[in-house]
Amino acid sequence: MEITEYFNLLFTDYTLQTITLGTAVLGALCGMLGSFAVLRKQSLLGDAISHAALPGIALAFLITGSKDSNTLLIGALISGLIGTFWIRGIVKKTHLKSDTALGLILSLFFGFGMLLLTFIQKMPNANQAGLDKYLFGQAATLVSSDVWTMCIIAGLSLLILLVFWKEFKLLLFDADYTKSLGFNVKFLDVLITFFIVISIVVGLQTVGVVLMSAMLLAPAAAARQWTNSLSVMVLLAAIFGAFSGVLGTAISASSNNLSTGPVIVLIAAVFVLFSFIFSPKRGLLFREIRYQSNRKDLELHKTLAFMYHIVKTHDNINHPHAIKILNNFHGFTRKSLQKLESRELITVTKTMWSLTEKGFSTAANLYNQQEENE
Amino acid sequence: METKYAITVDDLTVAYNYKPVLWDIDLAIPEGVLMAIVGPNGAGKSTLIKSILGIIKPIAGSVKIFGKPYKKQFKEVAYVPQKGSVDWDFPTTALDVVMMGTYGSLGWIKRPGQKEKKAALEALEKVGMLSFKSRQISQLSGGQQQRIFLARALVQNASIYLMDEPFQGVDATTEKAIINILKELRKAGKTLIVVHHDLQTVPEYFDWVTFLNVKKIATGPVKDIFNDGNLTKTYGINYKVSVQE
Repeated sequence: MEITEYFNLLFTDYTLQTITLGTAVLGALCGMLGSFAVLRKQSLLGDAISHAALPGIALAFLITGSKDSNTLLIGALISGLIGTFWIRGIVKKTHLKSDTALGLILSLFFGFGMLLLTFIQKMPNANQAGLDKYLFGQAATLVSSDVWTMCIIAGLSLLILLVFWKEFKLLLFDADYTKSLGFNVKFLDVLITFFIVISIVVGLQTVGVVLMSAMLLAPAAAARQWTNSLSVMVLLAAIFGAFSGVLGTAISASSNNLSTGPVIVLIAAVFVLFSFIFSPKRGLLFREIRYQSNRKDLELHKTLAFMYHIVKTHDNINHPHAIKILNNFHGFTRKSLQKLESRELITVTKTMWSLTEKGFSTAANLYNQQEENE
Repeated sequence: METKYAITVDDLTVAYNYKPVLWDIDLAIPEGVLMAIVGPNGAGKSTLIKSILGIIKPIAGSVKIFGKPYKKQFKEVAYVPQKGSVDWDFPTTALDVVMMGTYGSLGWIKRPGQKEKKAALEALEKVGMLSFKSRQISQLSGGQQQRIFLARALVQNASIYLMDEPFQGVDATTEKAIINILKELRKAGKTLIVVHHDLQTVPEYFDWVTFLNVKKIATGPVKDIFNDGNLTKTYGINYKVSVQE
């Protein structure tokens, strides 16, 4: 199936509509909450939580014998939460740093989960096939009840974010100060972490435990490049996430059912790469361009400032001076004079130059600004 | 007449990983003083401030703000944390950070409105940062960031101000601007407690001082207790500071 065919089918095929809606909502949800994880410097927490969810999925299957995704995800939620609390416990009760705690819990739970998966696969029961889909995700397995779950959780998260927006923002920026203002930081912390865990868990079926954290981080990292406002960042991250989800699913579904997770994550990575290079304020490209043009401007300003010092001693600022007297000043060239003239800061007549009114006031302000900065 | 105490600290002991950071601190800070907390690195100065604010839980002892626990009095207390304690690359503007000072009196869920914005703009003006109100905070210099933190505390309109090294990394002009604001606040009857490092300026800036080095060494009016004896006791080496009369 070609990808254009996929999008054509989207208008008629109910299954494709379900899958597309599901991945869009999931992407938006992860982008939104991922912004908070990134700004709280808890990027790796998502990775640990998603890996920690794996044994929960396997155990839920072993106990209930059911492959119903909601049942499995409840198992994932429980073991994800246990993992999260253990991480916090380790950091609090021991001298270990949080990266060590994260790494420990991640590998411990993932290892246990893999062990259980292998055990399940050896079971004399035909029902077990498909659990390994949770490793790398398979969006094609989404059914409408899964999408409903996603929509409800996304709606709840949005509501919580809107209601506690002010408190979350404060907590993200300055946790100690939040506490000093009388807010219950622990409650806020548990609330936001809980929703991050939930959003990871509902994404497991689509993206898989291995790459789920990228779904949280990539849209947020890309969004951060384009804005200096928290609300815009959260919104952009949601949009980037939704697009990654939809595009990734489309590509994976139209090419022999590739695992969805890796494709979605690669699309999200393209967003990140593009943002790192092309964002106007923080991007590498424009930073380099700005740097170069600043350097050129600085040269011009130096010449202008030098002229200003000469002109200052005269009553008439338009009084012409010989170009020659600039000769013992480094940094001026014919070209820079032309440039100054084209900006109407000076006028040049044969061997003489003179400052214009605009040039004089520009140079004077240049000087003031420097004094202010010092 | 009985002195009214803004803050009373009783038998306060704080420890990180079993190592005591503050040991059995008793402190009564009278209302209306401009007090410096001085002491060497690791003396527990920041910890003392954070314990007063309820950010750090002590293993023993109690703190009272105007005779009541902090939880009941947080609206009376404004806090200026160390500039380095937050990530200045956070996506927000100077005005927005100052607005955060109003969140405490707003309480849960309620959003700041025009009244809060007006207060924030006034505070920005007071610290000379009004023209930077829309500036992304990462684009501010260290001194400007410090002023923003001060403005945020001013917006809280509290009776007590706790400041953790507000002069750290600021130039002479900013330092003068900040100390003038502090002196103005004291004139208005506020109580100010400032973690301070520059011993030379203590007599000039402050009227009250606490010497701290895990234990409380001394506390009282600068003119009575700011002397070489207490400095030596606090810093452990022979200290000579020329106090201008």
